[in-house]
Amino acid sequence: MRQDDTGLRVSRRAVLAGTGALVLSFASRDLFAQHVPPTLPNGAEAPQLPGSLQKTPLLDAWIRIDAEGRITVFTGKAELGQGIRTALIQVAAEELEVAPEEIELVTADTARTPNEGFTAGSQSMQYSATAIRHASAQVREILIAEAARRLGVPPGDLRAEGGRIVPPQGDPIGYGELVFDQLLHVEASPDSKLKQPDAYRVIGQSMPRVDIPAKVTGGVAYVHDLRLEGMLHARVVRPPSQHSELVDVDTSRVESMPGVVKVVRDGDFLAVVAEREFQAIEAMRALADAAQWREKPNLPDQDRLPEALQALEREVGTVAEAGSPSFSGQVFEATFTRPYQIHGSIGPSCAVAVANEEGLTVWSHTQGVYPDQDAIAEMLGMPVERVRVIHMEGAGCYGHNGADDAAADAALIATAVPGRPVRVQWMREQEHAWEPFGAAMVTKVRATLDANGRIDNWAFDLWSNVHSTRPGGAGSLIAARHRAESVTPPPSRLQITQAGNGDRNADPLYVLPNKRVLWHFLPDMPLRVSAMRALGAYANVFSIESTMDELAIMAGADPVEFRLRHLEDERAREVVEVAAERFGWSSEPLPANRGRGFGFARYKNLAAYLAVAMEVEVEPETGRVRVVRAVSAIDGGEIVNPDGVINQTEGGILQTISWTLYEAVTFDNTRVTSVDWSTYPILRFRDVPDSVEVHIVNRPGQPYLGVAEAAQGPAAGALANAVRNAIGKRIYDIPLTRERVRQAIGV
Amino acid sequence: MAITLRINGEAHEVDADPATPLLYVLRDDLQLNGAKYGCGLGQCGACTVMVDGEAVFSCVTPIMLLEDSEIVTLEGLGTIDNPGPVQAAFIEKQAAQCGYCIPGMIVRAQALLQKNPAPSDDEIRSALSPNLCRCGTHTRILAAVKRASELMQSNGAAAGRGEPA
Amino acid sequence: MFRRVVLGLIFLIVVAVGVSVAIAWRSEIEPRDTAEPLEFDPALVEKGAALAAVGNCIACHTVPGQKAFAGGLALPTPFGTIYSTNITPDPETGIGLWTEEAFQRAMREGVDREGNHLYPAFPYDHYTRVTEEDNRALYAFLMTREPVRYTAPENELPFPISFRPILAGWKILFLDVGAFEPDPDRSEEWNRGAYLAEGLGHCGSCHTARNRFGALSGHWNGGEAEGWAAFAINEASPAPIPWDRESLHAYLRNGWHPHHGVSRGPMAEVTANLGTLPEADVRAIATYVASVMGEPTAERRSRADQILQDLEGDAAEQAASTDVQAVATSSDSLGASIYRSACATCHESGRPQPFGGLNLFMSAAVNAPNPQNLINLTLYGLPAADGVRSAVMPGFGAVMSDEELLALFNYIRDRFTDQPAWTDLPERLRATRSGEYHVRILPSDGIERGPSNIGASDDGDNTQN
Repeated sequence: MRQDDTGLRVSRRAVLAGTGALVLSFASRDLFAQHVPPTLPNGAEAPQLPGSLQKTPLLDAWIRIDAEGRITVFTGKAELGQGIRTALIQVAAEELEVAPEEIELVTADTARTPNEGFTAGSQSMQYSATAIRHASAQVREILIAEAARRLGVPPGDLRAEGGRIVPPQGDPIGYGELVFDQLLHVEASPDSKLKQPDAYRVIGQSMPRVDIPAKVTGGVAYVHDLRLEGMLHARVVRPPSQHSELVDVDTSRVESMPGVVKVVRDGDFLAVVAEREFQAIEAMRALADAAQWREKPNLPDQDRLPEALQALEREVGTVAEAGSPSFSGQVFEATFTRPYQIHGSIGPSCAVAVANEEGLTVWSHTQGVYPDQDAIAEMLGMPVERVRVIHMEGAGCYGHNGADDAAADAALIATAVPGRPVRVQWMREQEHAWEPFGAAMVTKVRATLDANGRIDNWAFDLWSNVHSTRPGGAGSLIAARHRAESVTPPPSRLQITQAGNGDRNADPLYVLPNKRVLWHFLPDMPLRVSAMRALGAYANVFSIESTMDELAIMAGADPVEFRLRHLEDERAREVVEVAAERFGWSSEPLPANRGRGFGFARYKNLAAYLAVAMEVEVEPETGRVRVVRAVSAIDGGEIVNPDGVINQTEGGILQTISWTLYEAVTFDNTRVTSVDWSTYPILRFRDVPDSVEVHIVNRPGQPYLGVAEAAQGPAAGALANAVRNAIGKRIYDIPLTRERVRQAIGV
Repeated sequence: MAITLRINGEAHEVDADPATPLLYVLRDDLQLNGAKYGCGLGQCGACTVMVDGEAVFSCVTPIMLLEDSEIVTLEGLGTIDNPGPVQAAFIEKQAAQCGYCIPGMIVRAQALLQKNPAPSDDEIRSALSPNLCRCGTHTRILAAVKRASELMQSNGAAAGRGEPA
Repeated sequence: MFRRVVLGLIFLIVVAVGVSVAIAWRSEIEPRDTAEPLEFDPALVEKGAALAAVGNCIACHTVPGQKAFAGGLALPTPFGTIYSTNITPDPETGIGLWTEEAFQRAMREGVDREGNHLYPAFPYDHYTRVTEEDNRALYAFLMTREPVRYTAPENELPFPISFRPILAGWKILFLDVGAFEPDPDRSEEWNRGAYLAEGLGHCGSCHTARNRFGALSGHWNGGEAEGWAAFAINEASPAPIPWDRESLHAYLRNGWHPHHGVSRGPMAEVTANLGTLPEADVRAIATYVASVMGEPTAERRSRADQILQDLEGDAAEQAASTDVQAVATSSDSLGASIYRSACATCHESGRPQPFGGLNLFMSAAVNAPNPQNLINLTLYGLPAADGVRSAVMPGFGAVMSDEELLALFNYIRDRFTDQPAWTDLPERLRATRSGEYHVRILPSDGIERGPSNIGASDDGDNTQN
């Protein structure tokens, strides 16, 4: 056991696992968070620095080397199970010319690492890896220059290898001997001497994930596993429905239950703290029974959700426009819908917090330690610098799930039992009902073909909100909303950006001479939502790719060939061609009740390109669909860890199959009724495809393009198209349930 | 009330309410991280452990039922330095994304392979069907179980690590 | 059992020898000319689909995970294992060569196209009531399915039961050929319900006891199916809250009812199929079944009212009793402690049906004369269905010893019912656990077609190619 500077006693295992409990504070938060690039004398802005160096240019914010030559790399991004830890180590090891084992990586911690906002949007490679790569290269060159100075030889005569600078003659000098206090405390320069692809040792290799051995043998791997000395267990009691008021609660019986330390009530926020975890659960159940709520039946009729959403439209934004679309003759016209869906982490959200004289420390699987720090400080009325948020892994989140809310719960409860750490874990039904859902959407497409079988008019309308309601303030935290001094979330605004959110990928990459893409903006939604993997791209690409197949049928064309007709981007064409070829795409008829389908998109129109072909089998008697195989091709620019990309893409495809075949949040006019895996089923093993292939189109030397969310849209499209091909009917509504498929087939 | 539980070959005296589900005793009293809370309802399998060679949900199993049982958790199958064959197969196949469900998968696979050393693909799917994965690691998990079966067979009796004594 | 079977067999042989020689022989019906394409009115096919759902044909004629209607499902009977046949229109292995006449005869008389007698595992003792018109629709439906080339395994039956002509004797004794005759004193709805339930629906196949010859004995007095007790659905129904027309309708349509829980075991497939029927037909079946059950006695009614009043009375109090369940007291019996720590969390959670545990005061499984379903559910639970909402219950077979289970069952029986203790518990538990008594475990969603069954002792190798 050891004492760290937060005044906590932390178990040795926690420290060994790199939980961040051991603090090496070396630079102030402001330096990371609010660095403004210096303005040059002539008023021009300083040149853009690569990746997140732009925001955090000091090299020693990213890389530190101690006198023994031990290398620590810092990232503001968090491991979410996507394997970023391994890829960042690879990048640093490559440019620093050391073995990956030599690198210690510290991830998101407001006291230690740069502020890189959220680990989201498939941008960690683009921003953090780019920053670390350049910083590593620059550090290497600084070390070479320092060695050259000491040896009195030209830097060009020296090379870095295995953590040492090697001169042509004489003894190599270890990095540790070269560093002195301010050597790396310099700002990055715009230009780095990056290694050329032909010299790579580590980049491009499928290095095994560094986090897997501990995860498969029971090491401390998640915030759920954090055990601090004297730690208490808390459970929250959530209202039965979203807009409920706590009318009355008699806490006396609960307070006398075994092990109960405290019942916390603040407005509609209700929680119980106990010595042992199961005591907390028992007390939570009793407290839930003792609480009386006033509920509001203000949810729309689920069967008429699309109409309810469209009625919430307040504003229309133009996402893209070209030519002058007009519709006459044979017009393809369709409406597509997507329901609310859940992130559905297998491990319900969890956080540990302690409030003491040092301030408040929160361990959380949040995707953004800095924004969460701001939000929690705002909720509690504390100065930001008194709150520290440390990332520890949770179960996969796939976007903004309950993580930040659980962190806020823990923070609020911890302030009620100062001095003792508190661990809060949500119950399954709380995760299902209270995580912010993936947003429901409606899209409408109209399109016509010209005489040559090319699309000449295209209109795409989508009804959506912004999807992301991430902490940018306390108002997005459930606890802050439920407290007596309630904070409301900031209003959301329509804003058209390149990456988009609700409108993400609404503008197809296909060449369309006359098009109009409109976003019918809903500022508010009946149910609370936030960013879920791919945001609007999932429903938009599902709609676009379904339409492409219907248009191909109208044109009498093969769906793959039809897509290629409308693609000019060479990288797009290549993934389409590779996926089709590896799949063995053909127009040969398949056996009865089998079908094949294709889907393509470039995520956000600026990240990875992905094409996927699927074969499905449909059981007409039950409407049950099973994907038999999926074959995809992905171009994510230069690939650092091929197996990592393959793993993420396989996962994206399988998760999308689950979303698209099975998943919808259900609710009555008051409550969410999908509250566990029995009421919200997801993919189980018997329905898993026989094979899922991922073929990488590697682009060494090209910028990194985020890959983690690339599969969602195309896979949904391919699946819907394969079902269409198998049964001869189009299903426009997600999920493609057994019932919908059976009804579409008829007898 | 003290209850003696045999876990991974060792006897542990646990001072907990006999109604406490095994999961909380493993995690909180014995500091074993392998079994995870996922649903508390026996619907997802994240908490899977072996009891007398059978895969069970530790989240719905009160310890009062386990006094004469041999309990094996993920930790009983191997260590980070000396992983058991199923663990080794999961590492080899890189069969994890977030990894939260994986301990339950490994223990359930171990229970399957102890009874059926060479399961067919369908048998593996059926055996794993009580367990959920959200990251979409399914095909790797299936491959890892297949690989574990090979490893255990080629290692013969030496691969019996983790089997109840 | 074995002795009774042998005696029965001897008797059958005598009858067979004496009578069947004369009548056993049935003519072959000429095969259909396959060069001539079959054409059916789509409305007729659609009608046939609804009728096939009533008949639940798919359940017996399909191996889970394999092609629909291709047969091959093992049906264990006291006489041996019978494999269902391929009823897809494949000419070589299915019924592709059957004319409508042959199909009509099979449904009415239990004889295949070639003239062989069929075993009554195919419930022609019920199907004989189906009208010619409805059989025509069923024929149209089946002949438009995807043909599958597959031959089911040979039946595993001892001689002389394997000798089909003796079935002629069985038919003389037990088969009453003839279409349904409506009761003019009853409503049209009742008659429609009776026609469906007694004919194609063949409720009695499972819900009626069988004699030593495998023939029905009684009317809906409780039988057995795939290792599950099929409770009496006459006046002897063990449901603590008596069924009525409304609750039956809801249950048959949706597969659950708040006072009765979820359908499970083989009944899950039945309710899943009935869910696809026209509303009027489900209502008609409910009307008829309710009339067979009759009005509950005053005593039964008043006990039911008491239960409902207690359960719906003070929810908070009820829940409170759950919260302290974990605090075991030394005065608890073993069964009570197990119930409170392993069962009450779900079964007294107050979470609504169908996804919460049914309060055991309302459980027919607990109140029934036969503990089999309670044993099955506790040992094996209700596995999750694939990709559809379904009630899920974990099984406890691996963590509860026989001693613990017996204590638990006896406690539950004592606490939740007025019924006497079960006397056959230990034997049933032993036979079930050992697999000697074969139980098929399926999810509660109804039609489950996963690649394989999770059953306790599903040993049939029914793999098709």
